[in-house]
Amino acid sequence: MYAFDYIRPTTLEQAADLVRQGAQCIAGGQSLLPALKLRLAQPSSLVDLGSLTELQGVREEGQSLVIGAMTRHQDVANSPVVRSKLAALAQLASGIGDRQVRARGTLGGSVANNDPAACYPSAVLALDATVITNRREISAGDFFQGMYSTALEPGELIVAIRFPIPEKAAYAKFRQPASRFALVGVFVAKTTHGVRVAITGAGYGVFRHSGLEDALSANFTPEAVADVEIGTDNLGEDIHASAAYRAHLIKVQTQRAVSMALGKEV
Amino acid sequence: MGSNEFANLPYIGQAILRKEDDRFLTGSGQYTDDIDPGRLVHAVFVRSVHAHARIKSINKSAALAAPGVLAVYDGQDVAQDKINGLPCGWLITSTNGEPMKEPPHPILAQGKVRHVGDPVAMVIAHTLEQARNAAELVEVDYEPLPAVVDVRDAKAAGAPSVHDEAPDNHCFKWAIGDKQAVDEAFAKAAHITKLDLINNRLVPNAMEPRAAIGCYNRANDEYTLYVANQNPHVERLLLTAFVMGLPEHKVRVIAPDVGGGFGSKIYLYAEDACVTWAARKLNRNVKWTAQRSESFISDAHGRDHVTHAELAMDSNGKFLALKVHTDANLGAYLSTFSTAIPTILYATLLAGQYTTPQVYVEVDAWFTNTVPVDAYRGAGRPEATYLLERIVSRAAWELGLSQDEIRRRNFITEFPYQTPVALQYDTGDYHQCLEKAMELAEVSSFEERRKATEAKGWLRGIGYSCYIEACGLAPSNIAGALGARAGLFECGEVRVHPTGSVTVFTGSHSHGQGHETTFAQVVAARLGIPVENVDVVHGDTGRVPFGMGTYGSRSISVGGAAIMKAIDKIEAKAKKIAAHLLEASDADIDFANGEFTVRGTDKKIPFAQVALAAYVPHNYPLETLEPGLNETAFYDPTNFTFPAGTYICEVEVNPSTGEVRVDRFTAVDDFGTIINPMIVQGQVHGGLVQGIGQALLENCVYDRESGQLLTGSFMDYAMPRADDAPDFRLGHVCTPCTTNPLGTKGCGEAGAIGSPPAVINAILDALAPLGVKDLDMPATPHRVWQAIQSARN
Repeated sequence: MYAFDYIRPTTLEQAADLVRQGAQCIAGGQSLLPALKLRLAQPSSLVDLGSLTELQGVREEGQSLVIGAMTRHQDVANSPVVRSKLAALAQLASGIGDRQVRARGTLGGSVANNDPAACYPSAVLALDATVITNRREISAGDFFQGMYSTALEPGELIVAIRFPIPEKAAYAKFRQPASRFALVGVFVAKTTHGVRVAITGAGYGVFRHSGLEDALSANFTPEAVADVEIGTDNLGEDIHASAAYRAHLIKVQTQRAVSMALGKEV
Repeated sequence: MGSNEFANLPYIGQAILRKEDDRFLTGSGQYTDDIDPGRLVHAVFVRSVHAHARIKSINKSAALAAPGVLAVYDGQDVAQDKINGLPCGWLITSTNGEPMKEPPHPILAQGKVRHVGDPVAMVIAHTLEQARNAAELVEVDYEPLPAVVDVRDAKAAGAPSVHDEAPDNHCFKWAIGDKQAVDEAFAKAAHITKLDLINNRLVPNAMEPRAAIGCYNRANDEYTLYVANQNPHVERLLLTAFVMGLPEHKVRVIAPDVGGGFGSKIYLYAEDACVTWAARKLNRNVKWTAQRSESFISDAHGRDHVTHAELAMDSNGKFLALKVHTDANLGAYLSTFSTAIPTILYATLLAGQYTTPQVYVEVDAWFTNTVPVDAYRGAGRPEATYLLERIVSRAAWELGLSQDEIRRRNFITEFPYQTPVALQYDTGDYHQCLEKAMELAEVSSFEERRKATEAKGWLRGIGYSCYIEACGLAPSNIAGALGARAGLFECGEVRVHPTGSVTVFTGSHSHGQGHETTFAQVVAARLGIPVENVDVVHGDTGRVPFGMGTYGSRSISVGGAAIMKAIDKIEAKAKKIAAHLLEASDADIDFANGEFTVRGTDKKIPFAQVALAAYVPHNYPLETLEPGLNETAFYDPTNFTFPAGTYICEVEVNPSTGEVRVDRFTAVDDFGTIINPMIVQGQVHGGLVQGIGQALLENCVYDRESGQLLTGSFMDYAMPRADDAPDFRLGHVCTPCTTNPLGTKGCGEAGAIGSPPAVINAILDALAPLGVKDLDMPATPHRVWQAIQSARN
């Protein structure tokens, strides 16, 4: 780790000012700290968002849940309101990393980092959530812009994420054996507008799959996707899985997610 | 004392809690990195980023000018000070009579780097941060060279040469067995089973990374090296006599609390020599602790074999002969015991538990641009067991015999048994292990479980592995004849204090094994004193007379036997003292339950009183007996010990995704006498998880073109976790070892040796309906899915 200044502001404005001036913000630190330790990141100053209580917590707003950016994974996983209104998100949060990671890692940190194998981005995209920043609201479709890249501008911080409550939803993660990140994670959400399927881990950033969405919008059953073609273009290939295996897993995990959303055991 | 008598003593076979856990669980252990000897400065190593490159120049000036920097040393400084390279402790002679190729292994690279992580320079600064910052300023100008990392590439004509001394990368060709007899047996075989397999390369990953502190005292010209190491006396011998040219009595090596070794901390490493050398140059105490990412590219790796084997049988499935060819990857340099692993500790185990009359094994060992490969939990024996139990299982499938039947037909039943590959097994009961394992595993109801699994769309399979290992290394004269450049005895000192408490000094080293408890149980049992009154000291050449250390499951059988011999001497002397005090003849004194008695009388005296008399010799036979009660013994075993057992694994496989779940694992081991069953159980659990890790998860992968390590962190190198393993079903059979006084055989490696083939055989059994016949480790979901796809096509 290189030396850096550490600042812990108490207001969002202070934090935003510092970030605008070039500081790096740290939310839960579960990706940033390892990068710092390996000297892969060299911020001159680090702005810890941990004291910004206004960024924490879950509240119900009409047909949506609004979850503060600094809400820890374990708090999402254990939140009674999330568990009753959007159980798929609680279940997703309960499967991120390990207990230590879930105790520190945050929703906003994960979404802003947009790791191509992170779990949360798939929920944000499949649920058509809205990313609320200190400046504006960004729809999920516009927010994620490929591997580690988002619509956030310099000095822009995520304040909260608004998740519309779906009719049915589920997340099925197939773990990469070593990291236990998503080798392929599929989030399926069924709303009155149809079905959205968002896939993480398989490619170079979270993405939707129109073939799966069309099939499931027509018939929300695991069998409905049996004949959907999953192309291997734009899928990752590494020591853990070929593109063909990832494509296969996209279908299998979609079927699992649909089964889970329908309340069936998988 | 005979082993039966020993096994019946109090404390033997008791699961008493580990004495050392109090300090480990409360964070008061003292590991090397916890130690501050004062005047401390910090070393950081600049390591090669290339798999193979010529060093054109090294510019140290910016690093030397950085804040806090005391020195930057490179290979030229090492050469100038005439510091030698690291030695190899085992000479293998090729079949043509030539010695193995032994290219230099410099402690800092000399002109060339040969693997990613090869140390190039050492930066020393007042703080660790300063040393790290300065290390980034060392400018190394490399000329990258083509690299070779896979043995199949290394042996190819025109492959890049790792060393000028071995232009074809060939270190040695070694063989054991009677080739002609094997060929004759194959000629008349009714059936031949063939198998090609890869034993996957592993990264050891002890919980505590390697660490070393080199200290120098100008007042007496003495060095102290604190080091995370499994055998401090061996470390000292190699460091002083071979590398630094120092007299041994001027160097003290302390291996304090060590957080796991698994073999990877046996060896003398470059960093250990570097910090010791630098300590005198700078007159400072120099500390280095590996970062985890550094461990991946500098700790000796394990396994990495490519093997072809053929098993010849008669029409009844009786084994006639086995022939094996193995290409072994040694890495870029010869690590301390690297050459013994794919030869002496591998090929000699290929008779297994079977009466195969002829076995011929040929091993070609190759240099590659990878981290050196050496012993890793099991060291050669897991490779042997994996090969043998895979081919035996395949033979059963081919012949239509059940997995237990083919083994039963070939088990050795008469002991001692001389194998065709040098070893002589003293004792064992393989049928009993198999029977007991099948019972514990509930094999009789397997078909019901298989149906239940199939009902949910998965497949279930059952796999067997009947392993044997050679532990208790080793009769020194036999090891010497096989190429060992060291003895393999052990030393123990038993110091009885005036009030009857005891300190034991052992050359064995505990780095997780619980010796402080087990060895104390042995002494307490023998002397009839409370186990709390016995402390065990290890890991310090300044306190322990001598030692060869801990590896190869040798501690209790060799180190424990040395302590037994020392206690024999204590007992003999104490009897004389007791005889004097009780006014009887030595010959009439009995010692049991901590009391000396005069046979045929009610006269007795407790052990503590005899101890006191030894140190306060007022009423004492001073004219014939020295005061004091302190004895040292060396024990050189007359044979290896042969732990053996049967492991049965049941897996469930998802044929759609290739996911494998180990549902049941049964291990029945014959470790001979068991001193602390709880500790043995822990050793078996740990070994099984490591073996399951190799079978399902762990794989060290280098890029075949660039030679870069692709699995350089836990993000890509999959370590087994608690939820990867089921609750284990453990059982024991006991045929006491006949060649040591405890009857023990060793238990540290069995789990890692026996389990990988049981897991893979189970997966192959599950996948048999899909036509899958072969699978290499690790059986990741991806690999299993691919095997299913290729069987379908």
